[in-house]
Amino acid sequence: MPADPAERRVTVTGPPRRSRRTSGYYRPRTEIDEQTTLGHTYVRSLMRTQLRAALVVFAVLVFLVGPLPLVFAAAPEARRLEWLVLGFCLYAPLILLARWYVRRAERNEEDFVRLVEDR
Amino acid sequence: MNSGYAVPAVALVVVATVLVGAFGLRISRTTSDFYVASRTVGPRLNAAAISGEYLSAASFLGIAGLVLVQGPDMLWYPVGYTAGYLVLLLFVAAPLRRSGAYTLPDFAEARLASQAVRRLAGAFVVGVGWLYLLPQLQGAGLTLAVLTGAPDALGGLIVAVVVVATVAAGGMRSITFVQAFQYWLKLTALLVPALFLVLAWQGAGAPTHAFDEPATFRDRRTVDVQDTLALKLDRPLTITVTGTVDGRPREDARVTLPEGTHRIAAGTRLTFAEGTRVPATDRGTNGGMSTSLAESREERPLYATYGLILATFLGTMGLPHVVVRFYTSPHGVAARRTTVAVLALIGLFYLLPPVYGALGRLYTPELTLTGDADAAVLLLPDRVVGGVGGELLGALVAGGAFAAFLSTASGLTMAVAGVLTQDVLPSRGVRHFRLGTVLAMAVPLAASVLVGGLPVADAVGLAFAVSASSFCPLLVLGIWWRRLTPPGAAAGMLVGGGSAFCAVAATMADFPGTGNLHALLAWPALWSVPLGFLTMILVSLATASRVPPGTAAILARFHLPEELHAEVKA
Repeated sequence: MPADPAERRVTVTGPPRRSRRTSGYYRPRTEIDEQTTLGHTYVRSLMRTQLRAALVVFAVLVFLVGPLPLVFAAAPEARRLEWLVLGFCLYAPLILLARWYVRRAERNEEDFVRLVEDR
Repeated sequence: MNSGYAVPAVALVVVATVLVGAFGLRISRTTSDFYVASRTVGPRLNAAAISGEYLSAASFLGIAGLVLVQGPDMLWYPVGYTAGYLVLLLFVAAPLRRSGAYTLPDFAEARLASQAVRRLAGAFVVGVGWLYLLPQLQGAGLTLAVLTGAPDALGGLIVAVVVVATVAAGGMRSITFVQAFQYWLKLTALLVPALFLVLAWQGAGAPTHAFDEPATFRDRRTVDVQDTLALKLDRPLTITVTGTVDGRPREDARVTLPEGTHRIAAGTRLTFAEGTRVPATDRGTNGGMSTSLAESREERPLYATYGLILATFLGTMGLPHVVVRFYTSPHGVAARRTTVAVLALIGLFYLLPPVYGALGRLYTPELTLTGDADAAVLLLPDRVVGGVGGELLGALVAGGAFAAFLSTASGLTMAVAGVLTQDVLPSRGVRHFRLGTVLAMAVPLAASVLVGGLPVADAVGLAFAVSASSFCPLLVLGIWWRRLTPPGAAAGMLVGGGSAFCAVAATMADFPGTGNLHALLAWPALWSVPLGFLTMILVSLATASRVPPGTAAILARFHLPEELHAEVKA
């Protein structure tokens, strides 16, 4: 039996896989982690893509909904149309818009991860 | 009325709420469980919980009542409530979750590193939360009063006690289960009776004049006028009157009223013949959810519709009980998917209130005269289906309505109590959270007893307008704009939210405005939201030296996907 209890048990672990695979390479990833100017540029580009995706969907929403009150005001005799459109026809497009945006946003993020992970 | 089944139905909902809450309590162990359910709530459960929380008394009873009284223009409310979630998804959902904060004040502090902005945001959360709690309690009082003739304050008291008990005992984990359960309960409670109503309507030959202006009486109908009201006639009207019209007492007399405005005294009984057009009324504050100072039909120009759209589209993201839910998602991607599921769930629900509104115009048009238009949803099953079936369906609706009050009130209490515990009460911890819960509910309960007759639609509209002009700029600019400074954020919230608050308060206090000025004050969102954004941007640019030093790192955390972001922190 060894006298020093510290020698008795040793935890053996491998080096973290990720750091081994990436060490020695130039990677955008490091730039982001270390918050260099270049890293900020990467983050800014992601923000800009995401903001663009959001604004495009928002523009579609405005275009879809914005003119409706004008239409209803211009054609007061079209009461049934107003009931139909406002009551039942707007929800499905809203959900579709939301799904479209989520797909775009997730794809943007995947692309970004691929870019900075150098895969 | 059909109190025979309604009281057991309401009691059942209350007991079920407590039981489901107790089930959550057994697995709610840590402080993190308590506030954010340990952030392990999956998209489906969380989406049902968010929807359950969001569909309030205003959605369950108010929309049908508004549509009944004011026609299809009012359908903009549910459209706006739903589209608000889309805007929230686009600009806020994922970054908000990734910010890693518990509450809206936490977000403000994390982003701007300023205690002052944090406190200001906290004050707005508490204010908006209390404003939104008030209509829930009043709605509960109205429901119980209509169904059983109980005193007005009783329903509110029941809701307050049950909510404080569940929230204080189980925190967020338990509330999540309660809310999810209540979404499905509310959907069932509107869907099943709606199916029977539509069948009965089809059986009656599917009359469609409900869609045309104005509503007419389908059969001979007697109306007891409870509050003095003014009838506005644009053509002569022949009715049978017992009581006082235009100051002249009548006894079962058939009178033809000429064009113009006529005063009908309280307690008068009017009998309308079949096919009579339902006359328009001009009334002041009467406490119904569907009547609003700002919304008599002639005073609703296009401007008001756009004001409503802007307030609901942008106000949703700042409602305290909505925002706090996003912290319970495990990560940003889940937060986004949850939001899509929420859109689908509330979209599904909102298909139903228009059905009740349309059938209400057909079968219960006299409710526009008695001032109980909010009761349309509760009364329709009995009126259209009738018999034991109608009573059972009515009881189901009453149970659902109570679920609506309970769930929204729980979420709001949770959010307000969280802020009170963290920022107002001296030390943090679960015990103080319980104290905060009691405090969060006591103030609106006292207000609902004292104020009584505040028009509920106004309180809800005020909450949305204030939220749209204070929190919306803070969240959107905080997430997407690097140059936001603490003074800018504080000034923007104060100017935008403060002016919206003052404008609607002035309208409620009957500020003597007419025409354009009145509309501007009653629907402030159209100018107060741009004002809030503009102030925030201009003051931030003027104080450019005070951009917090860590801004770039914080924005990186907001926007980077979790797989990168976990290691940025490490």
